[in-house]
Amino acid sequence: MAQLELSGVCVRYGHAVAVDGVTLSLETGEIGCLVGPSGCGKTSLLRAIAGFEPIANGSIMLAETIASAPCWSLPPQKRSVGMLFQDFALFPHLTTAGNIAFGLRGWSRRAIDERVEALLALVGLEGMGPRYPHELSGGQQQRAALARAIAPRPTLLLLDEPFSSQDVERRARLAQEVRQILRREHVTGLLVTHDQHEAFAIADRIGVMSDGHLHQWSDPYQLYHEPADLFVADFIGHGALLAADVGSDDCLETSLGSIRGHVPAHFRAGDPVYLLVRPDDILHDDRSDRTATVVHRTFRGADFLYTLALDDGEEVLCLSPSHHDHPIGERIGIRLEIEHLVVFARAA
Amino acid sequence: MSVIADPAALNRASPGYWRRLRPDAWTAGVLVIALAVALPLITVAAFVLQPAGDVWSHLVHTVLARYVGNSLALAGGVGVGTFLIGVSTAWLTSMCEFPGRRVFTWALLLPLAMPSYIIAYTYTGMLDYAGPLQAALRAWFGWSLGDYWFPDVRSLGGAMVMLSLVLYPYVYLLARAAFLEQSVCALEVARTLGCGPWRAFATVALPLARPAIAAGLSLALMETLAEYGAVQYFGLSTFTTGIFRTWFGLGDAGAAAQLAAVLLGFVFVLVGLERVSRRRARYHHTTGRYQSIRRARLTAPQATGAFAVCALPLALGFAVPVAQLAAWAVRTWSRMVTPAFIQLAANSLMLAAGAALVTVMLAAYLAYGARRQPTRPVRWGVRMASMGYAIPGPVLAIGILIPFGWFDNTLDAWMRVHAGFSTGLLLSGTVFILVFAYAVRFMTAAVQTVEAGLGKVRPSMDEAARSFGYRGLSILARVHLPIMRGSLLTAVLLVFVDVLKELPATLIMRPLDFNTLAVRAFELASDERLADSSTAALAIVVTGLVPVILISRSITRSRPGQRNGAA
Repeated sequence: MAQLELSGVCVRYGHAVAVDGVTLSLETGEIGCLVGPSGCGKTSLLRAIAGFEPIANGSIMLAETIASAPCWSLPPQKRSVGMLFQDFALFPHLTTAGNIAFGLRGWSRRAIDERVEALLALVGLEGMGPRYPHELSGGQQQRAALARAIAPRPTLLLLDEPFSSQDVERRARLAQEVRQILRREHVTGLLVTHDQHEAFAIADRIGVMSDGHLHQWSDPYQLYHEPADLFVADFIGHGALLAADVGSDDCLETSLGSIRGHVPAHFRAGDPVYLLVRPDDILHDDRSDRTATVVHRTFRGADFLYTLALDDGEEVLCLSPSHHDHPIGERIGIRLEIEHLVVFARAA
Repeated sequence: MSVIADPAALNRASPGYWRRLRPDAWTAGVLVIALAVALPLITVAAFVLQPAGDVWSHLVHTVLARYVGNSLALAGGVGVGTFLIGVSTAWLTSMCEFPGRRVFTWALLLPLAMPSYIIAYTYTGMLDYAGPLQAALRAWFGWSLGDYWFPDVRSLGGAMVMLSLVLYPYVYLLARAAFLEQSVCALEVARTLGCGPWRAFATVALPLARPAIAAGLSLALMETLAEYGAVQYFGLSTFTTGIFRTWFGLGDAGAAAQLAAVLLGFVFVLVGLERVSRRRARYHHTTGRYQSIRRARLTAPQATGAFAVCALPLALGFAVPVAQLAAWAVRTWSRMVTPAFIQLAANSLMLAAGAALVTVMLAAYLAYGARRQPTRPVRWGVRMASMGYAIPGPVLAIGILIPFGWFDNTLDAWMRVHAGFSTGLLLSGTVFILVFAYAVRFMTAAVQTVEAGLGKVRPSMDEAARSFGYRGLSILARVHLPIMRGSLLTAVLLVFVDVLKELPATLIMRPLDFNTLAVRAFELASDERLADSSTAALAIVVTGLVPVILISRSITRSRPGQRNGAA
């Protein structure tokens, strides 16, 4: 069952279009993620799903009932949509337990106590119930806010940049923790972030947005290996776009030579195109005849990320094990190993 | 840790101007000021320990219960009134969008400019039997005296309404700041957890703003307990009028001081409440980013209601009485503005300006003392010197007149014995003790404003200036003064206007042949010459607008996180 279904959603502020025709859906228990640069409309979309913004066009369905349509909107409190804010927004006048119990209106005293205890245990805050938010650490506040948001068993949980206040090193681990908690509670979640590492760590489905458009909505593997357009290819992961020409029978002519592979059918021989080359597509091989010059290098501990200049001046990235230490200016041997071709049209 | 890690040690080691003032001079100076300011408090407190005289036991048996009852009833009524007006207007102007909202955000502060004694007698003039309203009613309906019921303004209920109308801005100001500071996320979380807008307001916004509202209420109630002009004019027996009566009528300084001590006890409960509230408000901060408030768009009937809720206190607390005063002033102006009146105005202005300068200079000394020597005794002294705002005017007057009178008499006796001539009353009944009283009462506002200005001069700026070779006085002139000029000017203005409006302490302590605008307006009104008093009253109200403008400007400037458009 689709817990969330957006079709053609538009959000406008006056004449400014923040979200332009977004269509996507999330199945029960799935975790989705919207990534994009700041100002791309992802937060506006989230707020529209929560019911804080009216939509100008399209429709929002929650658990297969209509929640938003143009000129009509179910108020936020009737949507059963939980929200986890970047600043946690814990109520400072309530204890941790009081915060978690806040949304459990109409529950019996015993049911509330049991639910609060279970959630405190789930998020690893056993015994912290009587503490006030200002007596918790940042990480504990975050987990308390998560427990509060999922306490009433929402149809959908929205997470607005939930890890951005944390250290970069901790984000991926926190994202994994949150993913496990949501899984255990069978919560369907939609998260918004500008950090793709977070998205890859937590999501079953990722959407890339810019200027209000949703460019692609697919699983992480597909997003990385089969980006739908140039923007996604450029935004997700590292990589270089190599100018190429389509040759005859499934072959591309590039400055790295002729590359065989499946070229999408709508390209004809002689069409100018770009070929997406990921750093892991180019292997460093001292025995190879083909060479390139090191112009930049980043030592990342386990590996080197080299920027290499080809003979005609085009640049590609190359990931190589950390014991292959080459100074800037040295020519090193490379070998191309592309499993499938990712090709975009290029203006001639 | 090394000695250098101690900032006080660094100061002592630093060359130049500060060295000439030895570190201990700051401590000593601050403590002297603190003790002087605390003198009236100590005096009044000392009388608690004095054996009770006949007058006191007479008071206890006859009128004390009435004083306590009236004062508390008044405080209760004003508490409810200021809470209702202050919180509702603060919520509407910060969270809802309706025509006129922008104007209301600052205009709602205007009643602060209206001294309570002026609003009290203006409404009396408008609403009593001979006033325009009742006359019009009688003319329309053909009634005559006794035919109809009309509420009496000069009553406890009337005083509650009058004081609520001019004191609600304290609650409005603090509640509004609290509402704006709350992360909108907290409200939105409540909505996603199943609360409608009203429930979110009651269970989240109001509890979050509770410390701020409590602080605003305690300020309003402190003013209520200290209130003299309006209650005296209405003929109500409260603590303050009782103190006056005991001092002047019964001539018993001791009993008056003991009454003052009881009043002070009530006030300090409020001071404590305010302090605790402000401390708790720290924890009631919702963290993190401010989202621009998306104000709720109201439907036409809702917007009309919101407009009415905001317009009513503004009209009744400011526009209507000012219009009445202006109407009276137009009629009596030519008769009232005489050379004597101009002399009176000049007196008031000189006195206010002098007191303001003295107060701000002392405040600057205190602020610098706390900055140069942030030791326990200095901080304690600065805090003690800032207690004056809590002392009601009549209490302050008694706390000053008693020790100065004793000093004058002792000096006079000593000089007569040892030098063979009489000094008479050297200080009592002079402008000096009046200025002293103002400095005590209004030191708080001055210290807070100067400290805020000094806070903008970060220690690193001193160090930067020193690294360019400036020292001592040239740092003061080139760095501190330009940055602090605005704050110093604001402090002077605030004290200036407060002195101009001050009534009870001036009434008791002024020299015999010395009058101010406030005293004159009150005297004329007390003699039922309401129209004649309007010129002086209007002058006071207009000057009172200055700090209101300053406050509303600083509010619009310091509003956090206001941005437009999509995220």
